[in-house]
Amino acid sequence: MSAARDQILAGVRRALGKSGSDGARKALVDARIEAHARNLVPKRAELDRAGQLKLFLEMAEKAAATVARVEHLADVPGAVADFLAAQNLPARLRLAPDPVLTRLPWSERALLKIETGTAQGSDTASLTPAFAGIAETGTLMLVSGPETPTTLNFLPDNHLVLLSEGQLVGPYEDAWDRLRAACRGEAWPRTVNFITGPSRSADIEQQLQMGAHGPRRLHIILVAEGSDGEAQG
Amino acid sequence: MQPTSNAFKENAHLALNDATLQRAISKLGFQAARAAAIARLPEFDKLREQARAIKDHVLANLDLYLERYEAEAQKRGTEVHWCRTPQEARDAVLAICRRLGAKTVTKGKTMIGEEIAINDYLEENGIVPVETDLGEYIIQLRHEPPSHIIAPAIHLTKDQVSDTFLTSHRQYGKTRRLEEAAEMLAEAREILRAKFIAADVGITGANFLIAETGSSVIVTNEGNGDLTQTLPKAHIVLATPEKLVPTLEDATTILRLLARSATGQEMSVYTTFSTGPRRTADRDGPGEYHVVILDNGRTALIGSEFQDILRCIKCGACINHCPVYNAIGGHAYGWVYPGPMGSVLTPAIIGIEAAGHLPNASTFCGRCESVCPMKIPLPKMLRHWREKEFEKGLTPQRFRLGLKLWAWLARRPRLYRLATRLGMGMLGLAGRSKGRFRTLPLARGWTEGRDLPSPEGPTFHSLWAAQQGRGRP
Repeated sequence: MSAARDQILAGVRRALGKSGSDGARKALVDARIEAHARNLVPKRAELDRAGQLKLFLEMAEKAAATVARVEHLADVPGAVADFLAAQNLPARLRLAPDPVLTRLPWSERALLKIETGTAQGSDTASLTPAFAGIAETGTLMLVSGPETPTTLNFLPDNHLVLLSEGQLVGPYEDAWDRLRAACRGEAWPRTVNFITGPSRSADIEQQLQMGAHGPRRLHIILVAEGSDGEAQG
Repeated sequence: MQPTSNAFKENAHLALNDATLQRAISKLGFQAARAAAIARLPEFDKLREQARAIKDHVLANLDLYLERYEAEAQKRGTEVHWCRTPQEARDAVLAICRRLGAKTVTKGKTMIGEEIAINDYLEENGIVPVETDLGEYIIQLRHEPPSHIIAPAIHLTKDQVSDTFLTSHRQYGKTRRLEEAAEMLAEAREILRAKFIAADVGITGANFLIAETGSSVIVTNEGNGDLTQTLPKAHIVLATPEKLVPTLEDATTILRLLARSATGQEMSVYTTFSTGPRRTADRDGPGEYHVVILDNGRTALIGSEFQDILRCIKCGACINHCPVYNAIGGHAYGWVYPGPMGSVLTPAIIGIEAAGHLPNASTFCGRCESVCPMKIPLPKMLRHWREKEFEKGLTPQRFRLGLKLWAWLARRPRLYRLATRLGMGMLGLAGRSKGRFRTLPLARGWTEGRDLPSPEGPTFHSLWAAQQGRGRP
């Protein structure tokens, strides 16, 4: 171990007047981490299903995201095509290599050019699956993995996100619990992204401009189907 | 960077007379945005109490949390580098860059990077650092330090940015002078896009280190930090020990305060939790993930009268609400951290001698403490620094003499009352005709900028005595 490490830790212990082999203190710290108890959760986030949906839509739009609601997963390619057409964008899409997305009926949209994989500098739009939608602030939780490369969330100018109503939660804490359950401790992802609206900057005279380095537009496709079942993605 | 805090008075004077700077800092709009965001969250004050308790608990057990964080981080493939001094941190970063044969390094906004002047060091060693936060990018082009911890180019007008881009972007074939902020952003975005893709190493700061998972967290609105840390071969995080929190829940609680206190947003656009390098099956992400933990005098504050500053989450609320900052901007403070939090932290890091007048760069109005999400008693700590300054004989001779005279007088109540009664009476007489003084001997500093009203009627002491005599109203 490095001399710097030992010196910093010894300095802290001296200042605290505590020893590093203090078992009781260590047990307390470990127990606090293991329990990962919730602190105060704002009332705003304690909602039933209908309330979560309403607040999520309201907050996401306040953060300048747009939301398209569809009934079934099979409706997603149509919603994507509609968005690209409405924004006058090329009919091209970079898809996260996630089976839920790749199995969608893309062939029904013959004019839409679909590619999968990580983001390339020339991509204009991407579609990625969300892990959860957090109603409290209209925030999306995205998780990295072989089927969900992180570059897709940041490089293309237009980021489309697939979210099912069953993935909505009230507070961030519920999303963390879902992720802990999905990972069971060991397979924790390299990257967890909380995304609230599209990229922006106010660094020039405090004037808000959209699309600083990340996506100029964040478009959420919210699917009702499967909302009674387990979270997908 | 070399501190110029000793010249605070002169720098502040220049800043007050700099019309362009005054026009730029008049645009600071964070106060109203913060107030509106807090009004929408009734639990804000309770969350502040909890956030303070979280950090106090961590500081009381910082050794154990650092060890647990390190163990969790290493378990997931993170390399942790412990550094006592800026030089150790610079060397750690350079060693990684050299080993990877790095030519360019992209950077997200990191105040620790400013503190250790990493850009200069990389340049000296033949590696090109590229700032990617729009504000940081602008000031890097101008070879200036940031003037605000969350809005680094707040001291510049749109015209100045336009001039800077015209000069610096010619090499990319951009020869048109831009008028609108949107065009400037678009041009910077296009140029930086290529830099992101070409970079060998990405350096970011950290808003939190989480012991539970061994993660580091960054918070941005632009997405530049994410491109910085996802595209290159290696991601280096510059952090400090007091960034530790126990769990994801604890980080979440403080996140509820951070953006609201800083920009008045409900949540910043991108909050990113990074844990280890890319997994074997991942298709993107950095192959190496390094966390540099720089102490630079921070842990020495534990148990001292300055410990509370270690709760600081660098939101900038104290800066945004400081009447002194709002009058002079950030550069006059002379080092990396401006405003109230800076005036407390700077002497702790570079020493009270080099920090010069900073403890006096405050009116003690108390707004900084009242808006601080972590309830840090900033005025109290500035007072402690003033005491240290006095003890070390750093206070100017005339000021010390005045203080001594006043102390001598104040310890003799009868004499004090007599002297004030006589003094005020004479001043009142002298100023009776005009009601004010344009100049006054020994008070030129005051009368230079405004008139001194001439005192009227009896002194406070005699009014008080009279009221006590009458009994309580």
